[in-house]
Amino acid sequence: MIRRFSTYLYNHPAALLALLLGPPLGWMLAIYLGSLAALLLQSFYYLDGFTGQVVREFSLTTYRDLFSAAHMSIVLKTVIMALTVTLGSVVIAFPLAYYSVRYASKRLKVMLYFAVMLPLWSSYIIRVYAWKLMLAKEGMVSWFFAQFGLSGVLEGLLSLPIVGGSSLSVSNFGLFLVFTYIWLPYMILPIQSSLERIPHSLLDASGDLGARPFQTFRRIILPMALPGVVAGSIFTFSLTLGDYIIPSIIGDSTPFIGMAVYSYQGTAGNLPLAAAFTVLPMVIMVFYLMGARKAGAFDAL
Amino acid sequence: MYPAISFEHVSRHFGTIKAVDKATFSVADGAFFTMLGPSGSGKTTCLRMIAGFDLPTSGIIRVFGEDVTNKPPYERDVNTVFQDYALFPHMTVAQNVEYGLMIRKVPKPERQKRVQEMLNLVHLPDVGGRKPNQLSGGQRQRIALARALINRPKILLLDEPLGALDLKLRQQMQVELKAIQQEVGITFVFVTHDQEEAMALSDQIAVFNQGKIEQIGSPQDLYERPQTAFVANFVGTSNLISGEVAHRLSGESATFSVRPEKMHLLHENMNAPLGHYQLMGVVEDVVYLGIFTRFTIRTSEGLVLQVIDQNREAQDEQKGDTVRVVWTKDAMNKLAE
Repeated sequence: MIRRFSTYLYNHPAALLALLLGPPLGWMLAIYLGSLAALLLQSFYYLDGFTGQVVREFSLTTYRDLFSAAHMSIVLKTVIMALTVTLGSVVIAFPLAYYSVRYASKRLKVMLYFAVMLPLWSSYIIRVYAWKLMLAKEGMVSWFFAQFGLSGVLEGLLSLPIVGGSSLSVSNFGLFLVFTYIWLPYMILPIQSSLERIPHSLLDASGDLGARPFQTFRRIILPMALPGVVAGSIFTFSLTLGDYIIPSIIGDSTPFIGMAVYSYQGTAGNLPLAAAFTVLPMVIMVFYLMGARKAGAFDAL
Repeated sequence: MYPAISFEHVSRHFGTIKAVDKATFSVADGAFFTMLGPSGSGKTTCLRMIAGFDLPTSGIIRVFGEDVTNKPPYERDVNTVFQDYALFPHMTVAQNVEYGLMIRKVPKPERQKRVQEMLNLVHLPDVGGRKPNQLSGGQRQRIALARALINRPKILLLDEPLGALDLKLRQQMQVELKAIQQEVGITFVFVTHDQEEAMALSDQIAVFNQGKIEQIGSPQDLYERPQTAFVANFVGTSNLISGEVAHRLSGESATFSVRPEKMHLLHENMNAPLGHYQLMGVVEDVVYLGIFTRFTIRTSEGLVLQVIDQNREAQDEQKGDTVRVVWTKDAMNKLAE
């Protein structure tokens, strides 16, 4: 029986393909893309102001609401935070990834890999709360600054408009630190794998043709690592865009996109607006990827 | 007039491994110099030390008299063609070739002119707009050559550049490499493990073995007068005769090498001509290879000899026949060790 079945599949490769791809494709279409479609559809409904009922008719009312100044400031704040976090992650992740690929011994490389992965094994809510304690007014970080007589530096930082606040844990700078910490592994790993794919002979060749190390970095390493940086930034950028837990624990509790979605679909019962808020980051990501493609980020793939 | 390159007691150790051990040699300006040896013999390490990718543990390397021992690659007037070509995958062919000039900030119009000159030199005038992965292996090899030559280096280093090509293409590229070397008139330092390729291309060959240079000489020197058993068998094959047999034949206690094609078989009843050495033996194996036939003879002293006979006339020696192996005194080459 099994043998006949095997023979049948061997003789009908299309049937085998259908058997293999059918379930995941079904999953993709029905559950994955289906929910997205429902989301998109929902965002074109609107909430009746008097009855508080969702009106199931096609309308742009919800989007008009989304583009109001109050809502746009939420979007703007979230996008700026996502960009800053992405930039910060690249600056921290790149040297680390480069060191691990080019210089670290095999042993050290494994250890670095574990060090990067280890935080991902514990709940991120717990880690965010740990940061809240560390960043608190009399927490570890301010104690650390005080030990070196640098409390003035910390206070100076906190007195700055926008990034500052009464303590690190309620400042935007603190929020930036925690976001960067939480998403950093997602930046390190893709950069590492893209650096891994640069043969050492290319660096030799560049130096051989007269390029100083910095020129080699700019002309060869950076362009070839760009797909990794873009892949990493897709994670850090989109995860920051959508997260609602970190900004509700850390920072000055002005809403981020994720928090707006959470409150509109929950207590406010405005599912269409929540859906519209969710569609927006996806649109932003599409533009981001188009921009990255235009900048040649995928040329080396 | 300084030699293009000179190595003075150059060693490169990796931990306890002596990759290169006190190498001393020089390369004449304009020569086609080949470093030949099996893998792990130190030839590529020597090349990398000339380029500056690797620094010697001790010793001095000079390029046209100037001490470059510890200079970084980008300050040396040498360029390299890499074994894997090392073309930049994110740039077009033209950008690859242009790279050295761009780094040197040569003005754009001159850059374009020289890129085209180089593409013409390697017979690929029209591929500038393509990406390296759209080229065949042979074409990539030529582009790597063009890219390395565009800076007009005084010395070009080639690290097994033909290794990845199939036989026909390799032979064609050998001819072209030699022609290009004569056209640009600079020193080529070529690394290969293929002795035939080394013979076909080189003015001088250095034979490497286990980090040491066994012998340096012209292809003819190496073939006709190998100084060590290693050279005698790495450059072509040789029959080694030593000990009592050697002493009885020549009157000297030394090791001799004799090329298989310089030995001849005679019927056991025939006498060796005057001035020839001879040994009696039994044919153990006969392999007919078209151009020639290879015989394996076991002599009465127990020596196993390879004899190659051009198939000019019909060979009638059969397996099991008793034969007389003869060769001239000239063919008997005394090894130095």
